[in-house]
Formats: sequence, structure tokens, C-alpha cells
Amino acid sequence: MDSLWVPLLLTLKVALWATALNLVLGVAVAFGLSRWRSHAREVADAILTLPLVLPPTVLGYYLLVLLGRRGVFGEWLDRLGIELVFTWQGAVVASTLVAFPLVHKAARAAFEAVDPQLESAGRVLGLREAAVFFRISLPLAARGITAGALLAFARAMGEFGATLMIAGNLPGRTQTLSVAIYAAVQAGDDRGAAIMVAVTSVTCVVALLLAGWLAPAHLRRSRP
Amino acid sequence: MSVDVAIRKALRDDDRHFDLDVAFASDARRIVLFGPSGAGKSLTLRAVAGLLLPDDGHVRVDGQTLYDAATGVALPPRERGVAYVFQDYALFPHLTVAQNIGFSLARGWLNPSRRARDPRVARLLELFELGGVADSYASRISGGQRQRVALARALVSEPRLVLLDEPFAALDPALRGRMRTELLALQQRLDLQLLVITHDPADVDALQGHTIELRDGRVVV
Repeated sequence: MDSLWVPLLLTLKVALWATALNLVLGVAVAFGLSRWRSHAREVADAILTLPLVLPPTVLGYYLLVLLGRRGVFGEWLDRLGIELVFTWQGAVVASTLVAFPLVHKAARAAFEAVDPQLESAGRVLGLREAAVFFRISLPLAARGITAGALLAFARAMGEFGATLMIAGNLPGRTQTLSVAIYAAVQAGDDRGAAIMVAVTSVTCVVALLLAGWLAPAHLRRSRP
Repeated sequence: MSVDVAIRKALRDDDRHFDLDVAFASDARRIVLFGPSGAGKSLTLRAVAGLLLPDDGHVRVDGQTLYDAATGVALPPRERGVAYVFQDYALFPHLTVAQNIGFSLARGWLNPSRRARDPRVARLLELFELGGVADSYASRISGGQRQRVALARALVSEPRLVLLDEPFAALDPALRGRMRTELLALQQRLDLQLLVITHDPADVDALQGHTIELRDGRVVV
């Protein structure tokens, strides 16, 4: 059973880390962009959406070029003692990058849907900008952000191409479920592949169902 | 003069030009800015609250300068001691009635708790007869109750001036008359200083305040 549990736990660890990183990054960037009045905003948005349309192998290649041993930031990361190639942390970076647009898009739409008048009301009622964000904008956007985060989690669960490029296929160390499925099929282990496929599918369906279930009840009902 | 406003603001859009040039001063406890929509009433109110930065002029309330272009004073909204009741009330949909009312009492990055209730909130819930809906969300209560919540939320921090943007426009006509009487009684009971903007002559008649008429961004003399 180890051939199932080891990659499953690794996949969950990678996907949870990638989702957590994306919650911070995606929400911060989305909030910044939703308030930024400039024509460059749409250009920035297009670049940030690229991971959604580029083949994951291309993203993995970029990651190698940027973060690999001989990459642009390789020496710098080396000095900090950070090793991303052929490690599970590398898989986290790959999954984070691939799933980023899902959180970012959802969060930006959610922030733009917040009535600016409510934020004005908060300012008149004595709030500083940071408090306006944490007490008004963020809770009102929470539902959209949660939905985006669960999509990102499901996407990170299934990440294959970029992960293979940067983290490789080291059983027990970097072999996530989707990579293990590929390896199992290549090796002719159809039963092992079928079990892992079923587990991945069920986990993703549960994540998507949670998306609706986690939304705060009063927000769910009051939306038109 | 307890309310002394003189502001100029040029608004330039792609297809719209509007020049606001409003000046008035009054000692009345109820000041009514009256005029058709597009006269600049809301812009004036937003400038007094600090939500709109004028190009020039000054705003003084009870002798304190909130804005003065000449000396570079421009207090942020949170430091003006002015409350604002928005036309559609702008109640926070993610908070209960009690949390909405206590909103400005909670400092920092957290909203007021749903359980603990500040005595000031409890007093206002009683004053506005909102005890029965204290734990309801704002989307679940009636129009008249919503207005009362908005007023209570504005009054909880004891502002020196309450700005009301078309306070009765969002109500159905049957309720309007009653809420006008209610507001007038409340103003007299608590000796509030109100600055009300309206396009409705019936509001002007009911509030019996110092009425200033606005048209095309200027005070009609």
C-alpha cells in the first residue's frame, strides 16, 4: 500500500503548501491590481494569467532557467541553502505557479465586486486603510477567494508537467500522484494506476464540493 | 458659524465636465442642501466627509478646520468626527445589526464580536427599537429598520456633525412620512447637528431647517 500512501501524502503536502502560498500571493496581487488605476494593469493581468494557457512543460522550463543550479537565481538560492531542483519544495513552486491564476482571477473578481461605498463607510467610521481591507474588503471577497483557492488546490493536486520538469520523478521524494500514475502505466502496473486515478479523482471532487459548502451561510443566501 | 463650507472642484471626465463651486455657512442645527440631482449635493457632502478632495477652499465644523487648501490641512475621513449616512445606507452585509452599530467602537483589524455587546450599542438598539433584530444580518431586515441601523451606526461614536445623503429616498412612500418625523424627533432629543441633502421638497418642509438651494454646482442666492 506504500506505493499509494507515499505519493498521496506527498501530493497533499505539495498541494496544501501551493494553495497556502497562492492565498497570500494571489490575494495580495489581486487586491493591488483591483485598486491600481493604470493602463499597465491589463498588461500585468495578462502576464499573471499566462500560467493558465502556457503548457506546464514550458513553465517548468522557465523555472529551471530561473531557479536551477546554473539558473539566473541559482547561485543566490544556493547561498540561502534553498534547493529546488529534484526536491518536493520544487514541486511546490511548480504547483504554485501553475495554480496561481485560479486564485488571482477569483480574488480580483471578488474584490472588484465589493461595493466601494462600503469601504467609504468604513473610512468615515474611523478605519485606516489596512483595517478597511481586513474588516470589509477581505470578508466580503472571502467567498470568491475560497472558491478560487479550492480550484487551485484541485489544480495543484493534478499538476504534472511543470512538476516533472523541476522536481523530477524520484519515488518517495518528489513522485506525486500524477507522476506516479504515469510511471505506473509506463511500467505496466495497471491496477496501481487505476487505484491512484480513483483517489485523485475523489480528492478533487471533494475539494470542489467543499468550495460550495465552506461559503459563509449568510453570504450564500444574500447573493442575488 | 458651526458649519462653514467653501469648496471648489473641477471634475473632468471623457464626456462630462462639472464645476463645483459651493459656499455656505450656518449655525442651524438642521441644514438642508436642496436641489435636483446633478446639482452637486452629494459631491459637497463627500467633500465635507473627506471622501472627496476639493481643489480649493475650506471646510470648518465647530471652529475646527477639517480642510483648508491655503494651509494644506486635509484631515482623513477617520479624523473628522463626522458621520455619514449613505443614501442606500451602506450597511455591512457580512455583519449583524449589532455589529454594524458597534462597528466604529472596535479598533484594529477585527470586527466587533457577535456575542459581546458594548453598552453604547445596547442603548442605541433600545433607542431605535432594534432589539428584536440585533442578531439579524442587514439583508434580512426591513427598509425602515435599515435606516435606523444606519443612523445608530453613525451616532455611536457621538459625531459633531451627521451627514445624511437623501435619507428617505430608499424608503417606500408610506414609510417616508413616519421616518421624517422620527428623524426630526431624534435630532431634537439628542440635539444633533445635521447636514441633510435632498431633492424632495417634502423633506425640506418636514425638517424645517436652514435650507440652502443648489443648482448646477452653485448655491442659488
